[in-house]
Amino acid sequence: MGLLDQQFTKESIVVTKVEDLLNWARLSSLWQMGFGLACCAIEMMATSASHYDFDRFGVIPRPSPRQSDVIIISGTVTLKMAIRIKRLYEQMPDPKYVISMGSCSNCGGPYWEHGYHVLKGVDRVIPVDVYVPGCPPRPEALLEGLLKLQEKIRNESLVKKSV
Amino acid sequence: MKTPEEIFNILKEKFGDAIIELVSSQPVESFITVNPQEIDKVCRFLFDNDELSFDSLMNLSGVDDANGKKTTDQNGDNIIEGGTLSVYYHIESTKHRHKLVLKASAQRENPEIKSVESIWRHADWHEREAYDLVGIIFLNHPNLTRILMPYDWEAGHPLRKDYKNPEFYHGMKVPY
Amino acid sequence: MALKTEQMVLNMGPQHPSTHGVLRLEVELEGEIIQSVHPHIGYLHRCFEKHAEAMTYPQVIPYVDRLDYLASMNNEFGYVVAVEKLLGIQVPERVEYIRVIMSELQRIASHLVAIGTYGLDIGAFTPFLYCFRDREKILSLFEMTCGARLLYNYFWVGGLSHDLHPDFVRSAKDFVKYLRPNIKELNDLLTNNRIFTDRTANIGVLPLETAINYGITGPNLRASGFKWDLRKDDPYSIYNKFDFDIPTGQGTVGTVGDCWDRYYIRVLEMEQSLRIIEQALDQLPEGDVTSAIPKRIKPPAGQIYSRVENPKGELGYFIISDGSLNPFRVKVRGPSFVHLGVMNELCKGHMVADVIAILGSIDIVLGEVDR
Repeated sequence: MGLLDQQFTKESIVVTKVEDLLNWARLSSLWQMGFGLACCAIEMMATSASHYDFDRFGVIPRPSPRQSDVIIISGTVTLKMAIRIKRLYEQMPDPKYVISMGSCSNCGGPYWEHGYHVLKGVDRVIPVDVYVPGCPPRPEALLEGLLKLQEKIRNESLVKKSV
Repeated sequence: MKTPEEIFNILKEKFGDAIIELVSSQPVESFITVNPQEIDKVCRFLFDNDELSFDSLMNLSGVDDANGKKTTDQNGDNIIEGGTLSVYYHIESTKHRHKLVLKASAQRENPEIKSVESIWRHADWHEREAYDLVGIIFLNHPNLTRILMPYDWEAGHPLRKDYKNPEFYHGMKVPY
Repeated sequence: MALKTEQMVLNMGPQHPSTHGVLRLEVELEGEIIQSVHPHIGYLHRCFEKHAEAMTYPQVIPYVDRLDYLASMNNEFGYVVAVEKLLGIQVPERVEYIRVIMSELQRIASHLVAIGTYGLDIGAFTPFLYCFRDREKILSLFEMTCGARLLYNYFWVGGLSHDLHPDFVRSAKDFVKYLRPNIKELNDLLTNNRIFTDRTANIGVLPLETAINYGITGPNLRASGFKWDLRKDDPYSIYNKFDFDIPTGQGTVGTVGDCWDRYYIRVLEMEQSLRIIEQALDQLPEGDVTSAIPKRIKPPAGQIYSRVENPKGELGYFIISDGSLNPFRVKVRGPSFVHLGVMNELCKGHMVADVIAILGSIDIVLGEVDR
């Protein structure tokens, strides 16, 4: 059971904040939607394979958007595909997070100048939480992106922020 | 194995004026220009003839020759008027191991070329791509629709030299 | 009284775990039997040909990498050979040997991904992990040489960007010794597995006439029984110095040209690639890899169609030059684009689950289909 296993000498009650408990539960089992578009998808698959394991962070690939928490946009987003990405994002249930992996989905990548069919950055259609740079990013870079997302979730709060 | 000159002579004998000329002055490969309205008959002969037996189409590409006059239209954009759009056919024979290059050019304003899809089924998608990106219309093609661009793309044919990008598409900003 | 039936249209959308990328298949079904399959592509159209017209000849090489991103070395090989023929220059022998070694290593890496993901589609998870483990060793060899794991920009017109690391030859020989028994392990796991053969034998049979008419090349054509390999039939670089076989489909567990044959040809090709790598490592000469790179690449006006044997098939580059620093037109004849056109023929009459088996055996990569 990890941190709390066999640590107490008699039966006890553990007291914590609800926010911490919810955030810890969310960040420890982020199920990702398998959404590989282009070259970055191969690095994402390599991250899920046994050399750089994704599963030890609790991330497993799910085929459907209805069962996933995080979507990793890996690869170039074209205009034809952007409409479908918006629809997939809307199908995901809350709380949902987006990691944009690679230069192409951050800002258009190498195709920024003459790409008539390339969307210059996926943040033109959906809100992004973490940007991972690289072309393609190494698996270690993607793992760091995931850890940054976990940091962000750890600091979330139930309190509505007043302006 | 036959050389392009020998094949040119055989074709010139059979088809006469439909075969225009053999261009071999430039590196690296030489090609035979053919009338665009007769290209399907020429290709059918090349496919059926036993000595030539060109049973495999290697590649079919649409090209914007950009050999017209460069002017500006009413909006101030640079456009090209006149000139041609061409299609290059690279064919080979797996039996005799010889290769050939054909070229068919059509007017830029009304680019119509006969389709060779009935001879080599391979040409189906290549011709759709040439229509989509360069704007060449292939007559007798069973399904000439856009293949790479979205089906409702109205801004024209992207690989033309005077193509201009639209500002918005379905609410998304296209330029950087 | 007869039962009223209607055809159903099933959409295997752009987002699908088994379509190897963003491909949309519109399947018309009569019950469970397929009547027709219409592929819709273009979801990854990245305007490569427009970029090629705007960049100079060396600047196109990183874009060429990203076409078939699983076989970048082979893509670069094709482009560089085409431009060198147009310029009429000769590269040093060491460069030729290194190019052959890199492209054969890349062929093994690409086939490992094809086999691993094919097993994953059929339902076997372990071969996927084994194949990716072996592929990591190849990627670390590439990283030792040029610094990148997936997209290299290593072959330059007239030479290479870096020479080999001093440890490369020893590591590559160790890798060859390591992979041979692993291929046997893969065969025991997947190739002769009863469930795998039941799902792939006699499915999606491609007759030879149809294959040539549709322009099918590469392992798919060899699986239909035709011995055609560009490395022997239209040789480029120094492939005529090496001794290797061309495996063809025999129809061992089903008919000639079915999905199992297309899969098994890839396993056999990996072994032949190991043979080529061994011979090349033994014969590797000394030399300077950057000596023949021209300062400015300005080919004379003309055109060329040159083709190489990619792991997926015949990759052709049609380059028209108008005498300036930028190409006038670059058309890429990608094998996956051509192979996807034959899907409709192959799937007719089979059941829905076979669509995935057939699509996986053709081995497409969407970067090449859409360019």
